[in-house]
Amino acid sequence: MGPGLRQETRETHVDWGAAVTAETIIQSLASGLLMGLLYGLIAAGLALIFGLMDVVNFAHGEFLMIAMYATFFLFAFFAIDPLLAAPLVAAALFVFGAVVYLLVVRFAMRAKANAGMVQIFSTFGLAIVMRGLAQFFFTPDYRSVTNSWVGGKTISIAGIYLPEPQLIGAMLSIAAFVALYFFINRTDFGRALEATREDAGAVALVGIDKNRVFALGWGLGAALVGLAGAIMAIFFYVYPDVGASFALIAYVTVALGGFGSVFGAFAGGIIVGLVEATTAMILPPSLKSVGIYAVYLLVVFIRPRGLFGSM
Amino acid sequence: MDTHFAQRRRRDLIVAACLAVIAALVPLFVKDVYIQNIMVLTLMYAALSQSWNILSGYCGQISLGHALYFGLGAYTTALLFTKFGVLPWFGMLAGGAISAVIAMALGYPCFRLRGHYFVIATIVIAEIALLLIQNWDWAGAALGIDIPVRGDSWLKFQFTRSKLPYFYFALALACIAWLVTWWLEDSKWGYWWRAVKDNPDAAESLGVVVFNSKMGAAAVSAFLVAVGGSFYAQFVSYIDPESVMGFQFSLLMALPAVLGGIGTLWGPVLGAVILIPLTELTRSFVGGSGRGVDLIVYGALIVAISLALPKGLVSVFGMLSGRKGAAR
Repeated sequence: MGPGLRQETRETHVDWGAAVTAETIIQSLASGLLMGLLYGLIAAGLALIFGLMDVVNFAHGEFLMIAMYATFFLFAFFAIDPLLAAPLVAAALFVFGAVVYLLVVRFAMRAKANAGMVQIFSTFGLAIVMRGLAQFFFTPDYRSVTNSWVGGKTISIAGIYLPEPQLIGAMLSIAAFVALYFFINRTDFGRALEATREDAGAVALVGIDKNRVFALGWGLGAALVGLAGAIMAIFFYVYPDVGASFALIAYVTVALGGFGSVFGAFAGGIIVGLVEATTAMILPPSLKSVGIYAVYLLVVFIRPRGLFGSM
Repeated sequence: MDTHFAQRRRRDLIVAACLAVIAALVPLFVKDVYIQNIMVLTLMYAALSQSWNILSGYCGQISLGHALYFGLGAYTTALLFTKFGVLPWFGMLAGGAISAVIAMALGYPCFRLRGHYFVIATIVIAEIALLLIQNWDWAGAALGIDIPVRGDSWLKFQFTRSKLPYFYFALALACIAWLVTWWLEDSKWGYWWRAVKDNPDAAESLGVVVFNSKMGAAAVSAFLVAVGGSFYAQFVSYIDPESVMGFQFSLLMALPAVLGGIGTLWGPVLGAVILIPLTELTRSFVGGSGRGVDLIVYGALIVAISLALPKGLVSVFGMLSGRKGAAR
């Protein structure tokens, strides 16, 4: 599923000529941690949707892709900085996610035979359509947001240089997970979400419209990946296939944390980021995804339901 | 009931034989190289999807990493031929055998996983292999391998002047994959697989060795897919890691079976016959613009078929399959 993260533009790479010192290791792990938190944010929506209705959205990477394009165009046409665009993009993705549920996924859920395959391939077909539409309207050209407020800047904390976009992304990720926690546990809608997840049939008896809950869940999941996309657009090229590079990482992140656990995705993201940074220190950079995949296999071979999974 | 089933099986065999004969005669009337090319690909995908269907359809272990075996077949044949001068026929068997062994070695830990954990494991394993080959200089790394042309011969399985030999080989491969499936369907393995697919715990309690039957399905499936990969390497005479082992390929292999009817005898054939020509034609008629119209059409088709016909296209041709469109 895509070439991993090769297109990354301004990431700190360990220089192979230089000796690996404690400082470079800490530096790499710190960037890895930030990237990991961002992976967690990318994966949060996937985990939420799966937890809610057992559906893996195979178009999740393409949700990220359109969020990145939305950010890029808001910047290019209206000079809205990605940091200001983030809430707008999240809101737009919320609507988009709900519409995708109502137009496609709702019908996939009705399949009486081969339900799993129908879900995989209807969302996968959607992913192809979205990529095609992106090529059609935006051309396959690589685009990038230049001269944004934080793009390309680094901040030094205790002698460690941290890229600002990733740092902001990481903080946003933590904030999003905290908000999600309170949302799921403290609001009526959150309780409806949990109740629907546990027993969609019984929920109907108390007057909750299952479809509405699911549509809102899809909206929320898409909004989360929208936030991530706005941040990603600051330091990553935007092109029609960009989602494929991150989709597999998002699946691994969710599965590593364990399906059914939204907060497992948070832990999964951190692990993935740190493992990726560590692998990049040991193996050539082009092989850095191998570490992530190997750790996933190792974890599920020992714990077949991921780290915190309930299903 | 049993006699009815036996009748259906005999009828399936007769229909398949007729279709094979008709297919074999088509090139006598269709001389256009472009169309012959599409026919070769259609037959190849029918064979691949039929093989994928053994593990993922009949046995219910959904693999989205079968590009691994396709790539192993292609690379084994190409490497043996270019580095050691070993004839592709041996390369084909070697690739198949290696793939079957690897499928079982991977199955040993993976078959303990269920649902999405299994699916994602198959994806990442193929992805690891892809990354390793992309960084393996001796095997051509990301650039791949150009298979040198040594003249047309069946011995070297190379044909530059005509596509017909490839066509007949692909037809034979599709027939073999179909026959293997047909034979397995009524063997003890076939019954085990369907039991494992429906309810592994119940199957286990009734004495089916679930683990072994999954291993058997994986080995047969991987072997046949690898032979398809060997064929593809000879057919296109140039392979690179992304084009034979990429994730897209795993999906392309699964699609005909899924759209045709997963876990059915005729699903993969039907899916391939409809999907592949449609893909190729949209690509050449509207894809030339480079603007993704072919992707839009193709993707929309996948969404439409999977939503409208969850049991696949065979459910429309219920009388043809005689199995009410779904594996039991």
